[in-house]
Amino acid sequence: MKKFSRILVVLAVLSMAMGLMTGCGNKKSEKSDNQSSVEQIKKNGKIKVGVFSDKPPFGYVDKNGKNQGYDVVLAHRLAKDLLGDENKVEFVLVEAASRVEFLQSNKVDVILANFTVTDERKEVVDYALPYMKVSLGVVSPNGKVITDVKQLKGKKLIVNKGTTAETYFTQKYPDIELLKYDQNTEAFNALKDGRGAALAHDNTLVYAWARENKGFTTGIKSLGEHDFIAPAVKKGNDDLKSWIDDEITKLTKEGFFEKDYKKTLLPVYGKTVEADTVIMNEKELKEYK
Amino acid sequence: MLASGINILFEGQNMARLMSGLAVTIKIALIAVVLSLIFGVIFGIIMTSKNLIVKAVCRFYLEAIRIIPILVWLFLFYFGLTRAMGIHLEGEFISIVVFTMWGTAEMGDIVRGAVTSMPKHQTESGLSLGLTKMQIYRYILVPQTVRRVLPGAINLATRMVKTTSLVVIIGVVEVLKVGQQIIEGGILNTPAAPLWVYGFIFFLYFILCYPISIVAKRLEAKWQS
Repeated sequence: MKKFSRILVVLAVLSMAMGLMTGCGNKKSEKSDNQSSVEQIKKNGKIKVGVFSDKPPFGYVDKNGKNQGYDVVLAHRLAKDLLGDENKVEFVLVEAASRVEFLQSNKVDVILANFTVTDERKEVVDYALPYMKVSLGVVSPNGKVITDVKQLKGKKLIVNKGTTAETYFTQKYPDIELLKYDQNTEAFNALKDGRGAALAHDNTLVYAWARENKGFTTGIKSLGEHDFIAPAVKKGNDDLKSWIDDEITKLTKEGFFEKDYKKTLLPVYGKTVEADTVIMNEKELKEYK
Repeated sequence: MLASGINILFEGQNMARLMSGLAVTIKIALIAVVLSLIFGVIFGIIMTSKNLIVKAVCRFYLEAIRIIPILVWLFLFYFGLTRAMGIHLEGEFISIVVFTMWGTAEMGDIVRGAVTSMPKHQTESGLSLGLTKMQIYRYILVPQTVRRVLPGAINLATRMVKTTSLVVIIGVVEVLKVGQQIIEGGILNTPAAPLWVYGFIFFLYFILCYPISIVAKRLEAKWQS
């Protein structure tokens, strides 16, 4: 009997939660009150941008408590072009797990938090044109630098569990033995200890690491399919999306992202990396459309 | 090499940032704990009611809080409220509300346990003296239950202080998040930063929670004599 009443409680709570959710669903379909339209943002006099606070060099808070990074520079530029003042931007610090929610509840107008475009995410948010691309990079010790995937045959490759690197190599090169780790630090330490011939991860991360750790080189700089990083707006906010699309096209033409790259990413990646392995050029942008 | 990591605590505004993060933690925890103690006692006494409907409603509230993780409550209130009704509330305020709801439920259950553990003759003696129900609670039951409640309440309070680190999910930057920002900001040039920053935060939590334990010990000793 007691068990039964407990089940009842669970059911009641669930139905309450469902009620709340469906309530949200209904509300969402009323597109008339777009709280993040270009006009509304102009009226507010500031644009609310969701950024990371602990992911250098893309979005982080520096030692003086100021937002910095590649995404943040872009946010300032959007504010300047939309509102005439690069400081008319309000940064909302988001976590990877709550990025979508911040958009859906109108707590931010746009997310610029290193947000990779995936098919699942396209269901819940609208992406504007991308401003960055990432792919896989392979880093290995100097003297035994791996510059081609073929060199990895019969050797051990270090990857992180659940990353694109793991999926890519499992599907495309099943004959390469993978050493899998949970944490980035564990994986990099394993490479340092010589447990594997090389390590594969997002190329941006690999560059940054190789620069700080002497004796290692990113032999393969770009591998596999590109993933794109783009600004995201609330689903259905076509008004702001098309404004940002035009803006990204304009900024790409103008060479803004190269400047942004030089300012924020170059000091971390070093000169061994060409900017165009990370930023989009006009041709790629057109093809993306 | 390792010792050089300590400098990161004093670089730029880092120390001031940690302190303002700590202030946020203390603010949320303190308000929520105080409110939970007050509402928890009231809720606990209501829970001892013999009325079936009152009992069912209390039970429902308690189980709902227990079954659904705090993280989900934070999400529901911060994002759900806005989506369902268009109400925008500050993350800090939502955190205090959710933690108070949690504290009230847990504290209420502790109080209920203590009250029902009181021997029946205590109440009956009061009734035979002609005291009203309120008077029985005021002069007989509450003073005695407070002593039984204390260990559980202290445990709850320290748990609440530590759980405040969850509020970062709704954009509230408390001490632990500031620590992560500092660590990640210096990850490339200060590899020893995690040790020092987390070590320092451990120390901060300790000086936050330890006084609570001391006060509890003193009170227990005082009441025993």
